[in-house]
Amino acid sequence: MTQRKSTTKMVAYPSFSIVPERDINKRPVLETRHLGIEFGGLKAVEDFNLTIGSTEIAGLIGPNGAGKTTVFNLLTKVYQPTTGTVLIDGKETSGMNTVQANRLGVARTSQNIRLFGNMSVEDNVRIGLHNQIPYNMFAGILRLPGYWKQEKKQHEKALELLSIFDMQDMASAKAGSLPYGAQRRLEIVRALATNPKILLLDEPAAGMNPHETEELMDNITKIRDQFQIAIMLIEHDMNLVMGICEGICVLNYGRIIAKGTASEIQSNPTVIEAYLGKKKEG
Amino acid sequence: MKRKISKTFINNLITYAIVIIAFFICKLALSGDIEGFKMSRSLKGQLIPICVYIVMAVSLNLTVGISGELSLGHAGFMSIGAYAGIVASQWLGSAFPEANIDVVRLIAALISGGIAAGVAGFLIGIPVLRLRGDYLAIVTLAFGEIIRNLINCLYVSVEGGTLHTGFLLTSPLPGKKIIAGPMNTSGIDKLASFDAAFVVVLIALFVVLNLINSRSGRAIMASRDNRIAAESMGVNVTKYKMMAFVTSAALAGIAGAMYGLNTSIEPKKFGFDTSILILVFVVLGGIGSIRGSVIAATLLTVLPEVLREFGSYRMLVYAIVLILVMLARNSVFVKQILSIVTGCIKLIFKRSRRGEAS
Repeated sequence: MTQRKSTTKMVAYPSFSIVPERDINKRPVLETRHLGIEFGGLKAVEDFNLTIGSTEIAGLIGPNGAGKTTVFNLLTKVYQPTTGTVLIDGKETSGMNTVQANRLGVARTSQNIRLFGNMSVEDNVRIGLHNQIPYNMFAGILRLPGYWKQEKKQHEKALELLSIFDMQDMASAKAGSLPYGAQRRLEIVRALATNPKILLLDEPAAGMNPHETEELMDNITKIRDQFQIAIMLIEHDMNLVMGICEGICVLNYGRIIAKGTASEIQSNPTVIEAYLGKKKEG
Repeated sequence: MKRKISKTFINNLITYAIVIIAFFICKLALSGDIEGFKMSRSLKGQLIPICVYIVMAVSLNLTVGISGELSLGHAGFMSIGAYAGIVASQWLGSAFPEANIDVVRLIAALISGGIAAGVAGFLIGIPVLRLRGDYLAIVTLAFGEIIRNLINCLYVSVEGGTLHTGFLLTSPLPGKKIIAGPMNTSGIDKLASFDAAFVVVLIALFVVLNLINSRSGRAIMASRDNRIAAESMGVNVTKYKMMAFVTSAALAGIAGAMYGLNTSIEPKKFGFDTSILILVFVVLGGIGSIRGSVIAATLLTVLPEVLREFGSYRMLVYAIVLILVMLARNSVFVKQILSIVTGCIKLIFKRSRRGEAS
């Protein structure tokens, strides 16, 4: 395994990069090199090269079935890549599992909500705090002082995180009984609780009305500013993507077809073709 | 938020209270101080088994209800605990024949039973709990049968502080035999008592309830609800499933040790039937409900004794009662009645509290 020692020379891969200028001299939080995965001969993702700056909001878009969620699964180590590597915060991740990737600083939400439906809202966030505010099993069973101290800390931290989305009043409600939009927000809070360096959001605005989407856009920017983390999102709502993403990466048939800023992407003929089809000749 | 914590706290308190009150009622009935309130002989003999089965049901609920893995070999852990406990207590007894150390022997038996079953659970868990799916059910089913057959061939005797063990023997071992293959254990000092069994029940409840309401317990339940989400939150699913399973096995071992020091036992006792019986307690009491397990284990252990007057139709009636209880548990009508009753109780509490305040 090769560990990247240099922390400043990220301009070494300019062609992979859609990093905004303020992050250019910092170590990129995420870097993929020739990442690819095959499912029984089908190349779902191929030669995926991307660099994301430490406080960037990046968008990953593409038509249905382009392999966007597969990319997220590769980044979170749910799938192991068949080719290429993922570097998280400069560290090589090959052979790691999801838990280890999370400890390195990758947290995600999923397309179809994966909350712990039978547990309360607060307990869901506390699962996110699992490795942040730990104590061991015996302290828990015997109710040692460590238990009370850490439980109190967890409680306070959970409420603090819930207050980002004004959800502290729902803390004792059952997570499965929340309305759809609130469940999506809770998933983001839960992912934030793991203290990530990069947050991957898989269709965060799906099922939200325009008003809620607007609020979400504000919140995503707010989270980035407050926590100083990078955020990468998959989204079909172009208003959201074009509105807040500093760098956008377009995927089609598992390959990157364009990278750039919102205006660059909007005028890119390949992207228009991928979404709308080819202009008829003549 | 504070309200929710106190809610689980009150729930746990009710569970403890039920057990403690039941214990004192039994104590009162045993003493026979009150005229006409006396425990029948057959029920008296059932007291320790009831405690044992409560611990078994509570511990199995940890695996089945909280951790969401089906285990069909819980009696196997019970038998490991029982035989380990017998060996430990008998060895201590023969090593220090003069000393009056019954309590120490009992505690040593319980601890060694728990450790032995816990180790067995750990060994099974290593390969199985990494897998997703119902593999644990299959493997524990096989494990229960393997253990039963192994103990069928196990011979242990004790002589002046030394243990002699043998396997598939034709000639008898020297000294006093304590485990004799398929035959009943004999010459075991009855160290178990109702008081001790009650303490074990309390310990089991304490461990399980506190585990559930802690960081580890939440991780166990998160792994049950959604494995992928738990993993991407940094929860090591295999570790927490293992934690639940080993704790469950160890508690079953402790219960088994208590059982083995109460009556003479034979390997046949710990077969598939017993595993299913305990699973019935858990399912009937409500999967994931610890208090339900306690109540179901108690009632269903007493029930066959109560039904003795039906003679040979006893088990038939038992089965019918089980089916009726199952139907009642799922019927809307019964649920409504229950909710009305609990609503009334809450109202009365509120009124009385308001009365105190004013």
